Amino acid sequence: MKGKPVNSVAIFRGIAARDIRLAWSQGGTGTMALSFFLIAVSLFPFGVGPEPQTLARIAPGVIWVVALLACLLSLDRLFQADYEDGSLDDLALSPLGLMGVASAKTVAHWVATVMPLILAAPFLGLLLKLPTVGYSYLVVSLVIGTPALSLLGAIGAALTVSIRRGGVLMSLLVLPLYIPTLIFGVGAIDAAVHAADPLPHLALLGAVSLVALVMAPLATAYALRLALE
Amino acid sequence: MLKTRSMLFSEKCLKVQDLACLRGGRMVFARLGFDLGPGEYLHLAGSNGSGKSTLLRVLAGLLPAYSGSVCYGYHNIAGAEAAREGAMIYSGHQHGLKPVLSLRENCSHLVQLMTGEKLADAVLESAATALGLVDLVDMPVRFFSSGQTHRAALLRFLLIDRPLWLMDEPTVGLDDDNRARLETVMRAHIDRGGMIIAASHDPIRLTGKKLNMADYRAGSEHLEHWL
Repeated sequence: MKGKPVNSVAIFRGIAARDIRLAWSQGGTGTMALSFFLIAVSLFPFGVGPEPQTLARIAPGVIWVVALLACLLSLDRLFQADYEDGSLDDLALSPLGLMGVASAKTVAHWVATVMPLILAAPFLGLLLKLPTVGYSYLVVSLVIGTPALSLLGAIGAALTVSIRRGGVLMSLLVLPLYIPTLIFGVGAIDAAVHAADPLPHLALLGAVSLVALVMAPLATAYALRLALE
Repeated sequence: MLKTRSMLFSEKCLKVQDLACLRGGRMVFARLGFDLGPGEYLHLAGSNGSGKSTLLRVLAGLLPAYSGSVCYGYHNIAGAEAAREGAMIYSGHQHGLKPVLSLRENCSHLVQLMTGEKLADAVLESAATALGLVDLVDMPVRFFSSGQTHRAALLRFLLIDRPLWLMDEPTVGLDDDNRARLETVMRAHIDRGGMIIAASHDPIRLTGKKLNMADYRAGSEHLEHWL
């Protein structure tokens, strides 16, 4: 029955490459999320005042929360663009299967949209007078924690794919799931700044990401299957 | 391990039996059945809302069947992801093209998605020539007219080599010249031993079977499935 065996790795790579390309082309989410991140974080010194102590105190939380919102902002187009132009039908019929497709698209989202945020985070730390010891843990906690944001967000994006302006509903679905990542992400940086041990926080952060890695592609694939019906 | 085209297009036929599909609490069609052998063409006729597109989506594996079987060769593929078995290509109402990418990029992404292989330039060129798109290959799809977009969506049938073509309204928006081109392409596929199922309101000048969706309208006995 089977034709010649298909090269799943090539298909996976193809989908991820296509999505990364689209995210950084005209109307893509990559530039949008990054600019939102930069602008929203730089609003805080205006809002709470320029005292270095205050800014340093809130820096980890502000950067994490805004990174989370920037990620959320870009997620509602994750599957919707493909749903609207019909490419989701093609994706569903790929020999890779919907779960593989969902994973590939999530990986692409993380690489194209979230990684630039992580690279920009130290500069925003500078802006918010983050204590020197916090920088490495800021980046490390974002690297370990943000995959969970993409993965869990993909579930929400898949559930709301057929709803016009489903972004708000998606936020309501997804934001509660982001709370553990936020707590442990900020906790790791705060622990480092206050000379405590950040490792337990990072371990729990990693655990959240790993659980999401196992569950999310499955849930996303089922949600997409529902959307196609 | 490589299967040649002639082996892929073997004597496998498509056998649909007692197929029914439930959508939104309404039985769209029931007790639908037909056989399609290699080199045969099936025209789906029926008014708007009679279930032509739904039938094509069920055959493609995008929608689950409520009951019945769709056998390709000896395997029941109803509700399965049929295209994963390398059996068919489906083209729906939507074109599935990314407006910011050129036609060449769109095509190579599609081929890689469906087969995991790189798209050979020669294949794209001959396909684009067959549908009169050769001058547009490197242009972003957002500059295409609606007829050109539609033809660009039909290119997939020439890029990916699969025996069964499922075409939803393939002629819509095409002028006479391009309709003739499309018919040539379809005839060539039939002559090679391929199978085509096309839903269309326009007559397509191909000899083959005809299935009228009105004959399979489900009666009111199915209405109790609501809720």
